[in-house]
Amino acid sequence: MGVYSEKDRGESPSKPSHIPTENLHLFSFSNENLYNLTSTLVTGDSMRYIPNVSEQELMLKQMNMTMEDLFKDIPHHLKREIPLHPPLSDLEVSRRIEATVKKNKTMLSFLGSGCYNHYIPSHIKELLSRSEFYTAYTPYQPEISQGMLQALFEYQSLICDLTGMDVCNSSNYDWATALAEAALLCERSTGSKKFVVSDLLSPFREKVLTTLAPDLEVVKVSHDTRGHIDLEDLKKKVAHAGGVYVEQPSFYGFLHENLSSVGEIAHDASALFTVGVDPISLGCISPEHSADVIIGDGQGLGLPQNFGGPLLGIFACRKALLRKMPGRVIGMTESESGERGFVMTLQTREQHIRREKATSNICTNQALCAVAAAMYLATMGKQGLREVAELCMRNAGYTMQKINEIPGFESPIFDAPHFKEFTVRHPQYAKVHEHLLRHNIQGGFMTDKTTAIYCVTEMHTALDIDALVTGLEGFHV
Amino acid sequence: MYRQATFCEPLLKEKSVAGRTGYSLPEPLGEPVSIPQSLRREELPLPELSEVDVVRHYTRLSEMNFGVDTGTYPLGSCTMKYNPKITEELSTLFSGFHPLQDESTIQGCLEVLYNLQEYLKLISGTAAVTLQPAAGAGGELTGALIIKACQKGRTEMVVPDSAHGTNPASAHMAGFDVVEIPSNDQGTVDLEALKSAVTERTAGLMLTNPNTLGIFEKDIIQIADTVHDAGGLLYYDGANLNAIAGICRPGDMGFDIVHFNLHKTFSTPHGGGGPGSGPVGVCEKLKDYLPVPLVDYNGENYYFDNDLPMTIGKVHGFYGNFQVAVKAYIYAVIMGSDIRTASQVAVLNANYLAQNLRDHYEMPYQPLRKHEIVLSCEKIKRETDCRALDIARRLLDYGIHAPTIYFPLIVHEALMIEPTESESKEELDRFIEVMIQIKNECYTTPHMVREAPHNTAVGRLDEVKAARSPVLAWNQI
Repeated sequence: MGVYSEKDRGESPSKPSHIPTENLHLFSFSNENLYNLTSTLVTGDSMRYIPNVSEQELMLKQMNMTMEDLFKDIPHHLKREIPLHPPLSDLEVSRRIEATVKKNKTMLSFLGSGCYNHYIPSHIKELLSRSEFYTAYTPYQPEISQGMLQALFEYQSLICDLTGMDVCNSSNYDWATALAEAALLCERSTGSKKFVVSDLLSPFREKVLTTLAPDLEVVKVSHDTRGHIDLEDLKKKVAHAGGVYVEQPSFYGFLHENLSSVGEIAHDASALFTVGVDPISLGCISPEHSADVIIGDGQGLGLPQNFGGPLLGIFACRKALLRKMPGRVIGMTESESGERGFVMTLQTREQHIRREKATSNICTNQALCAVAAAMYLATMGKQGLREVAELCMRNAGYTMQKINEIPGFESPIFDAPHFKEFTVRHPQYAKVHEHLLRHNIQGGFMTDKTTAIYCVTEMHTALDIDALVTGLEGFHV
Repeated sequence: MYRQATFCEPLLKEKSVAGRTGYSLPEPLGEPVSIPQSLRREELPLPELSEVDVVRHYTRLSEMNFGVDTGTYPLGSCTMKYNPKITEELSTLFSGFHPLQDESTIQGCLEVLYNLQEYLKLISGTAAVTLQPAAGAGGELTGALIIKACQKGRTEMVVPDSAHGTNPASAHMAGFDVVEIPSNDQGTVDLEALKSAVTERTAGLMLTNPNTLGIFEKDIIQIADTVHDAGGLLYYDGANLNAIAGICRPGDMGFDIVHFNLHKTFSTPHGGGGPGSGPVGVCEKLKDYLPVPLVDYNGENYYFDNDLPMTIGKVHGFYGNFQVAVKAYIYAVIMGSDIRTASQVAVLNANYLAQNLRDHYEMPYQPLRKHEIVLSCEKIKRETDCRALDIARRLLDYGIHAPTIYFPLIVHEALMIEPTESESKEELDRFIEVMIQIKNECYTTPHMVREAPHNTAVGRLDEVKAARSPVLAWNQI
């Protein structure tokens, strides 16, 4: 029975005599390979997830229909059998996925640049695996979803406290897409398509910005020797702009000390000021008070690196911008009997109500990641976040000093205070990079052949830094 | 009857006790660093809690939330299917890798991405796939931007009135004027209306098939021809792919661009509203427009391919929600050819509900549906003053999540019900029984329905108050 005649399922699960765990190709799509693959498979079936496989005959009989009847509205010539392997047993799948993971190499890494290795308290992973949270959908039915709604309300509150902003949405996909949304918000608010950015912004985020907001005119403002925004250049370029954007700390890790002047110049030109932040840095670095919008990535707040996703787009702003803000937002209210409760609110900005007039198309966001960030901030708290921020700064400072002492290396290249990332320069850095890889060290992110951005956090020990220094010292042209 | 746990759980801030901590951090390296006065943060208003406080807080909140693991979750268009636990467990094996690691050290991650791209190509009948979009709406925006890039000078996007709200919102964000066309009396695309809507300004048509009524667009070939003849492109909204995966393919129907919701069709958890994943597949002639990088394989190694001459750019900071892609990949590996069984049983379950409910609730349009059905409560409302939202909320009292309500817009007092393949016959029978019972209550004890829910953590909440005087963070209380 079925839309097609039932294909051979293969033999029922039997004890595997030997499962090779190397050089396995999980999917081989040509029929020839499929056949070869099938002969070594330990097959299972999907009934464990589809209870009615055993009831379908009975149900169809009650309905007086066949499976073919249920699909008779699909033109016959469109139906086709797709060459897929038989379903696999858990054992087979585990062996194969484990074999795939082994093709990765675990390294001592100094990468950051938008994805970070920070301490994740064990209980956060445990709590996130509460399936009442992770198997739920967006909390459209508030009365039965108070847990998620309160958790997201608390996320918004914590981010407001951390950034000094009035309001915060319940997440964007990541920092890069939040930047594009911020630029579009500036356009909506001011009517200007011109968006002025620091020329030292992340190249990844710049690319996402220009991709998602192709109609905006992105203008770059230059920097001085300390990496700081060139205020004279900004004054020239800010005329008729809708927004000005700077990252703090910068993509290169240093901290701007003239942001209040940048904000003032932006406001004098009636532009909105957006600042991109690393939320961990806000444990010891003051959020910029003149900002109208603060965005950033919350991945460092309790989420693993996960090869760059899921991340967590933070989006917070002044109350005056609330009704133009993108994304879902949770509000506090009361039940008819006066109990406190939480609901998704201001939905008239959103796509499911406003359709093409919505402030954004965003629907599914990163809710569970936002909850993770709230759990992290609740756990670290007032003392812990300050401590972790200072640890990052101190460990990075220690590492810069050690690297700078090695002949041929310069670190950092910008004469400014740095947070957890910093530049390392060597005339032949590309070769240094290869040298380190051979010693199982993943150096920083190379921005050109002579420069890389390193990241040191609270997760690096003295032994790690010693290993890096030894590796760098061992480099000979 | 169902009773949800009720805790008067205070906010994190209200639970805070001065001096309490919940973290453990190592000692710093090197000398303390001095932070310039202008940058130093003085006040850090975060809560102070122990690990126990945090764990109790979130455990209680989770008990005031309802997920697929709790019970039937027939939220139409959201495909709330069961999330296999093995995919959760195995996906964590990839959590420690950084997106910018040297390619030679991340062959396992790249293999997963490559294989998933290949799998999605096969399932959809497309020529190339990007995994970068972080959610379905992100996929739509990516698709709309591709259409914009290759359809220069064409300014209009045609969208049926039954479309998901994200379609017009995404088209608008990409800079298109949205042209809405009415459905015909069958609930499907009105071919004549489409023919008169397409002009030399038409860039494309965004369509989901089966549509939001759960009806397969049987004229799909003529629809595709009409759009193509006018020089437009056909965009497939993959939200409803669970009806046809493994049975027929959007590419064969004439769709040029297809997005997938991995968090729907491929069983990754919805996370209370994310993270999702919205890959996009395109036909051969649009391949070069995809975001970069794609993952390719040269017979020996997997590598990032940045060489797409017409690329629209990047739509995520890195490669999208990688961990979600891993889970979907594991699901695809487990299911193999049983992906077809999943679709068949999803359609069987929906039609079983249709057949058993249409004598009790109005069901406009044809009886044969695919994965979801849309009932109308208009008659009940007229006769009893109980609305769709009341009936939806009364379902909560029986431990069943509410369907999607008031959507699609072309059905009045709509209940949009998608059971998925995960519900057993007993659960479906109970759903039918409860739906009939609630209808009877509308006539016999209507206040029980109009005042529902009674058994959830809180009663009905004042959403008007929430929107009129928004409290979006605890500092606004």
